[in-house]
Amino acid sequence: MGARYFGAAVKRLEDPKLITGRGQYLDDIPMPGVLHVAVVRSPHAHALINAIDASMARDHAGVVAVLTAADLGEMAQKPMPMMAPAPMVKTPLTQSPLANGSVHYVGEAVALVVAESRAVAEDAAAMVMVDYDPLPAMVDLAHALKDGANLANKALQSNLAGTLKGGFGDVAGVFAKAAHVFKETLSLHRGGCHAMECRGVMARPDPAGNRIDIWSSTQSPYMVRRALALCLGMDEASVRVTAPDVGGGFGPKAVVYAEDYAIPMAARHLGRPLKWVEDRGEHFVATTQQRDQLWELEVAADAQGRMLGVRGHCLHDNGAYLPYGVVLPVTSMSSFPGPYALEALEISLDVIYTNMVPNTPVRGAGRPNTCFVLERLADRVARELGIPREDVRRRSFVQASQFPYETGMKARDGSPVSYDSGDYVQCLDLAVAKFGSDFKARQDKARAEGRYIGMGIASYVEDTGLAPYEGATIRVQPNGKVLLLTGAAAQGQGHKTVFAQIAADQLGISPQDITVEAGDTSLFPLGIGTIASRVAVTGGSSVHMAAVETRAKAIKVASQVLEAQEADLVLEGGFVKVSGTDRQVSLGQLALMLHGNFGQPLPAGIAPGLSATAFYEARQTTFANGTNLCEVEVDIETGAVKILRYVVAHDCGTLINPMLVDGQIRGGVVHGIGNALFERMIYDENGQPQTTNYGEYLLPLATEMPRIEIVHMESPSPRNPIGVKGAGEGGTIPAAACVISAIEDALSPFNARLKSHPVSPQDLVQLVDQG
Amino acid sequence: MSELDHAQTTRHIRVTVNGVSYERDVLTRTHLGDFLRQELGLTGTHLGCEHGVCGACTIILDGQPIRSCLMLAVQADGAVIRTIEGLAQADGTLHPVQEAFWDKHGLQCGFCTPGMLTTLAAVLEADPTMDETAIREAISGNICRCTGYETIVDAALQAASRMRGGH
Repeated sequence: MGARYFGAAVKRLEDPKLITGRGQYLDDIPMPGVLHVAVVRSPHAHALINAIDASMARDHAGVVAVLTAADLGEMAQKPMPMMAPAPMVKTPLTQSPLANGSVHYVGEAVALVVAESRAVAEDAAAMVMVDYDPLPAMVDLAHALKDGANLANKALQSNLAGTLKGGFGDVAGVFAKAAHVFKETLSLHRGGCHAMECRGVMARPDPAGNRIDIWSSTQSPYMVRRALALCLGMDEASVRVTAPDVGGGFGPKAVVYAEDYAIPMAARHLGRPLKWVEDRGEHFVATTQQRDQLWELEVAADAQGRMLGVRGHCLHDNGAYLPYGVVLPVTSMSSFPGPYALEALEISLDVIYTNMVPNTPVRGAGRPNTCFVLERLADRVARELGIPREDVRRRSFVQASQFPYETGMKARDGSPVSYDSGDYVQCLDLAVAKFGSDFKARQDKARAEGRYIGMGIASYVEDTGLAPYEGATIRVQPNGKVLLLTGAAAQGQGHKTVFAQIAADQLGISPQDITVEAGDTSLFPLGIGTIASRVAVTGGSSVHMAAVETRAKAIKVASQVLEAQEADLVLEGGFVKVSGTDRQVSLGQLALMLHGNFGQPLPAGIAPGLSATAFYEARQTTFANGTNLCEVEVDIETGAVKILRYVVAHDCGTLINPMLVDGQIRGGVVHGIGNALFERMIYDENGQPQTTNYGEYLLPLATEMPRIEIVHMESPSPRNPIGVKGAGEGGTIPAAACVISAIEDALSPFNARLKSHPVSPQDLVQLVDQG
Repeated sequence: MSELDHAQTTRHIRVTVNGVSYERDVLTRTHLGDFLRQELGLTGTHLGCEHGVCGACTIILDGQPIRSCLMLAVQADGAVIRTIEGLAQADGTLHPVQEAFWDKHGLQCGFCTPGMLTTLAAVLEADPTMDETAIREAISGNICRCTGYETIVDAALQAASRMRGGH
């Protein structure tokens, strides 16, 4: 059977409603009798709460209730469970659904104001008088472990949450024998979520209090269900969580937040449906971010510029709490050694508590960080040895003959990290070929004219298809249409389209004949979440397996109905046909038959329903890779950077829908360009956020973004039945490193050394002036 | 009058939205975006930042693309408004910009999309000869976190071509 839809640029099934204004995001869902919630948030980075006086707010016309942790009972006062428990953390800190006696970042939820309208709730929120006793704030990452540093929480003896260590090989030996050793001090900042739809939670308790329906603008509806059922002491079947249309996720929406607990608790307390929709001001202070890492590293290289070893130490700011455990710094650690076949590696990361918004993964998680430091080291080796930057990479890469390649690192479950497939050199060569060979000449000419252009390069490997599973059910209905159910909700990726493409080929139907339902816990039993570039691998493989099984069942039953050999049957146009004849039976007829009828036994040994459920077991990770090249021009008078070209060579295995993969890459690259040039979440020395609107915090705009030229390579993964690897973050991971590399190249006449991002025009003018 | 007394003040307004006339008493402090969404149930207009930067709430008011979060509903008294729900024809025929967004993968999560489409519909109806630079300028007040803008620009160029009578 040839693929007709798998691999094709099929237009999205999601789009018709979204382009006509008929999408249904959380705030669009009609809910009779709903009350509106505004959250009273801490104005202090660190403070004790002496008392809360809500009397004035409660008396305000239109206010139904003001609720604090004390009003909502014990579970609202207890710390929320860590989503990924981290036994190595001696003092694991998570916040409670509403503050319980103290606050540890500006924006922490303190109380809920419930009113007839959002406007009235906000009026009254300003009337809630909270008596705070401010404490010194910890915001200076570089000094977090020094004597006399302010402690981020009174429960701590030290701001150190824990230290991660990883590595392999004879580090001392490799560094001792290396022809060259170079040392670098680097730092970087990631920024926030900034999905165009902010977060939101709506909850509707049933009058008897036995059930609750929850809507959350989340990447992880099943995690919300798990958390709430455990917290409320309810059966999972009684807690229905729906992720409706979600307006972007990018990682931070995978967290189960204080509001995910507090709003359902308050709804049950009041016996009324409640809705809270985060506004953009809240998003800046209450949605998780990724902020700073400070690195000290050394790289060892041989005389030809092959990187042999890396060792280094990192201070990682995790903010006030560890909602996600240490997953974020772990992804930085486990992203070493990148695409490079190092002989030795030794990395330690100190995870630090500060009085800023908690940190959890933002697109790429800790991977762009590790890519940035490795690529800065590779550029340094090239510069010191006077060889092309691409040659350092070619010489240092894992070579095509080495797959499967065990890096020496350990995965989260303790198993060896093993790269599955690819040809990193060839992928780099594709990027170089696309970029063209005339850059040096153009650069020389530009410099003669007083213009400064530069070429950047960055390569990466990304672990994708994270364990354990996403499942799928395929069910043919008596009308011949197919229902495809999965737990893997989408936030814009196009899961419905790609899942329908995978299933359509197996079933001999069109994707338009498949209705995909995702992200409603009442429709599919289990799910994990749409994070970490994992759904094409886990969910896509499950869809494939369920479709193959459904197809086999259709053929088996049809062979009895049509009195034909199974080998002679084909699925085509919604029918099972006997090849070369006009004998056929429709999938709908088979489904009707297998739905059964009173007193009529089904064929012996055939389970009811023309359907199948599959859970692909993600036992081994798949690894995507790629190399980016870009060209920038720096105006040395103003420090303005213009990205003139951006080339991506990308290998995420077999492509399901190249148009959608390109969309993921382009959006991801632009996110990374934002990290390089624009996005900077600034706090002052007291822990007060300084950039809380889009005038102060800059996002990439259409006028600044280049076209992204994409070349695909397809190295199928041998580790899943459809050969795919994830594509959600591969655009972002190398992009900031690539842009920074290009700026450094452009300013090489000034001996500029770029050691951090984002870079501002002021930073660049200063580098030029110093040069 | 105190600030909170002002919060209770209402005015009577008439607006025409997507060809339908409405008369409503509105709180003077209600912004036009909230009015469209909450009073008229037109939830296709999205609120992304409510401080006039992201452009998700863009609607077409008397022919001009404007941000409905930066205008009070009372200021729209007498205005003729088109929202995302009014871009397609009554028979469901999509506006060329809608068709092009679908063709070119001009949207992912879809949240900024209504503002992108209304902005582009307004500017391309006024001038379908816009080139890529002009289109990027036109949407420079609309933030998209998903697409990187390129496919939106491609979609706008396709729509412009069709609106000029090309294919």
